[in-house]
Amino acid sequence: MNHRGDQLPSFDDRSPIYLQIAEHLRRSILAGDLAEEDQVMSTTAYATTYRINPATAAKAMSLLVDEELLHKRRGLGMFVSSGAQAKLRERGRAEFVDAVLRPVVDQGHALGLSTDELCRAMKEIS
Amino acid sequence: MTGLADLQIRSVTHRFGSTTALSQVDATIRGGTITGLIGRNGAGKTTLARLIAAWQPLQSGSIHLDGHPVWESQDRTSRVCLMKDTGGFLEDQPVRKSLRVHRAARPHWDHDYAMRLLDLFEVPTKKSPEKLSTGKRSALRAAVALATRAEVTILDEVYLGMDAVTRRMFYDELMADYIARPRTVILSSHLLDEVEDLMEEVVVLDRGRVMAAGDTDEVRQQYSSGSSLASLTDVLVQITTSGAER
Repeated sequence: MNHRGDQLPSFDDRSPIYLQIAEHLRRSILAGDLAEEDQVMSTTAYATTYRINPATAAKAMSLLVDEELLHKRRGLGMFVSSGAQAKLRERGRAEFVDAVLRPVVDQGHALGLSTDELCRAMKEIS
Repeated sequence: MTGLADLQIRSVTHRFGSTTALSQVDATIRGGTITGLIGRNGAGKTTLARLIAAWQPLQSGSIHLDGHPVWESQDRTSRVCLMKDTGGFLEDQPVRKSLRVHRAARPHWDHDYAMRLLDLFEVPTKKSPEKLSTGKRSALRAAVALATRAEVTILDEVYLGMDAVTRRMFYDELMADYIARPRTVILSSHLLDEVEDLMEEVVVLDRGRVMAAGDTDEVRQQYSSGSSLASLTDVLVQITTSGAER
């Protein structure tokens, strides 16, 4: 039985902790640190490890259950659903251009870099 | 999360002479939650805690636990435990004697757990409470409150004088025991930064009135602006220092 995805960075005060836990779990699934059918750390383990209310961790879990990334097995705990990584990839790709690439290109143009120069730089680093 | 009963506080107004300590207080403390009762000095937290624990009769309004008025419930000593920063101990007798009283009075008392906590907090049980430092007296109170294992446990500023390490140990014990034996915990503290992540819900009092209540994250978000989440201290500052709220 796997209990991974538990190398949680310390929380910041930019958003509620349950959103940070949810985002961390999404990243772990996307990166493959949490594989399909892996068990996720329990809400009580989150509570005692990070000194947070167990309901906070439970809120993060139910968010991911709603997103069909996790599912509950009665009496056992939360597990990563099959297809979770593919789902996150698909969702991430859709958002990537607008949320990530566009600001980078805009900033490059503001710095006087042409689109050609940006493409060349991208090829160099990839 | 659990099948524990809610505490229903309805239209509670309480006066001391010409001072209004609580004014039309309405709040529901959800069974099985850790709920923060927060506010500045004189906000009415302790008065409300005393009324919930039926330490004194209500002047007006009602407080029900599981559908029964707390004041008339025969079993209230088993169901509600209020631990304040003072009182509750035989001051000039060895701690052991006070423990015996709690053991006799509290049906769910776990003596082994009490002794384990006192050992952890390094509270000498042969000394009398009056001979202990403020921090050790607080640790004694915290230990007794946890070991009472009451369905509703009210901790009103029990951390006074505890050093940072003892407080950390206390929070850990509180969370571990809360998880192992679900109950309703009402936590009142001025050390908001340390306890805000422990609280599922909050009731914010200011000058005897409920100014905000509900899910802690939602209350914090309501008072947030910009890119950071308001801490409970930020919430309290906004509520108690803005003229617009009055």
